[in-house]
Amino acid sequence: MDEFPDGVSRPGDDHQEDRRFFLKQSLAIAGLTFAPVSFLQAAELDTPIDPADKVKIALTINGTQRRLSIDPRSTLLDLLREQLGLTGTKKGCDFGQCGACTVHIDGQRTLSCLSFAVMQQGRKITTVEGLSNGTQLHPLQEAFIKHDGFQCGYCTPGQLMSAVSCIREGHASSEAEIQEYMSGNLCRCGAYPNIVKAILDVKTGGDPV
Amino acid sequence: MKPFQYIRPTRLKDAIEAVASNPNARYIAGGTNLIDLMKRGIVSPEKLVDINGLPLKKIEKKTGFLRIGALALNSEVAQHRLVLENHPLLAQALNAGASGQLRNMATVGGNILQRTRCPYFYDPVFPCNKRKPGTGCGALEGINRTHAIFGLSENDPAQSCIAVHPSDFCVALSALDATVLVVGTKGERRIAFGDFHRLPGNSPDLDANLEKDELILAVEIPDAVFTKHVHYLKIRDRASYAFALVSVAAALDLENNRIKAARLALGGVAHKPWRLFEAEKALVGQPVSETTFQKAAELAMPSAKAFAHNAYKLKLVPNAIVQALKSAAALV
Repeated sequence: MDEFPDGVSRPGDDHQEDRRFFLKQSLAIAGLTFAPVSFLQAAELDTPIDPADKVKIALTINGTQRRLSIDPRSTLLDLLREQLGLTGTKKGCDFGQCGACTVHIDGQRTLSCLSFAVMQQGRKITTVEGLSNGTQLHPLQEAFIKHDGFQCGYCTPGQLMSAVSCIREGHASSEAEIQEYMSGNLCRCGAYPNIVKAILDVKTGGDPV
Repeated sequence: MKPFQYIRPTRLKDAIEAVASNPNARYIAGGTNLIDLMKRGIVSPEKLVDINGLPLKKIEKKTGFLRIGALALNSEVAQHRLVLENHPLLAQALNAGASGQLRNMATVGGNILQRTRCPYFYDPVFPCNKRKPGTGCGALEGINRTHAIFGLSENDPAQSCIAVHPSDFCVALSALDATVLVVGTKGERRIAFGDFHRLPGNSPDLDANLEKDELILAVEIPDAVFTKHVHYLKIRDRASYAFALVSVAAALDLENNRIKAARLALGGVAHKPWRLFEAEKALVGQPVSETTFQKAAELAMPSAKAFAHNAYKLKLVPNAIVQALKSAAALV
């Protein structure tokens, strides 16, 4: 299993050691992109299934490349929260009905609770942790604070990820359109009117999202 | 969730063989319905064959029809220029379904093969002939507010199923006379959309006339004149992000305020998309008017049968048909 340890490389690091590590990792990952199937060959054998059998994948999460050994049953949501400690993405219903687990996969909003992590080989994942630029909040995060777009805050990470997509997809030109295209994100506190105002504010303000 | 093997073949042949060789193997694409079913223990595949590595995403205009690849995402289809130009009814139906996130995940093939959302199917505590043939139907004497009124089994209701097909896209595909292109170990074949999904009969566990190893490659929609006067009306418990109680796909070809051709199909009322051939025939040659639409809507109803909680559909269906036709004809 340790042939591919769960490793992390940070493209921005200046240390020599880290750079060498990064280059080694990059080469390995570049190889993977040409042969993603052979990477998964271990699971292709018709051998009895051991629940402990793990599959190795490489993917990018919030700009950081990661190589992981995962249980094929693990959803992307559980990978993020349980294995990587990225608890910003929330588990609401876990059945694709509430939108609390919304993340971006290759720039598109999706439900991480209905995505197997093993199917994300080579993809770029962005979670709410990847939305801000360091301590500088994303314009939509600022707008949610300004307009009181949340009460308990549990649905907020999903609302934010969906709101970014709603604007990027070009579906935020009116309150009615925002309501329709944000309908996949439920808010039991009922902050809907303020969420809509926050999105409309950012859209009309013209800040890039 | 039970353990499973995962493979991601890049050749069509390998994918088909992987499913054909294992009775408990399943294809997976978007996963929005299958993962849900696996989490609840309703479906427990031993092997998942991820088909996302296959080249089945293309949307292309062919002579006489539009071909939409099985792996094209619902959101991609709904905003594709060729779809909007040739078959806007399809885009309307897709945008009426699910949410922005789910439309980014769900594929064309998966949409067509999605299972019913009958709550008794999803709850293993209750009997369900679709989940476990021969155990009975929880909905028959249960809360059947969302259930079918058309296409019910005339044999033994206790062996049957009153669940409805949940797709909006399929209602529009039915109205537009689409064809489903599939491939399996025995080769390719084309299935007319009306023959693709099944009525429950006494084997409601089978949703479609599809062999286990067969994979949907594409749907093909014949060129049609229904580019202007179309409307997909969806009636549901909340304004968005809910399955249809009743939906209507209506398409008209008009000339000098007369109907030259008409297509009508219903969702939320039967085990499969419910096409209204008689009502369509009655519309042809008639002037565009509310009276014309009401007469056609009445023709849809004689075969309907309600249960304890869904008798409202007997009134809602004809009203929805009239409303959808009025919207399609821009009749205020």
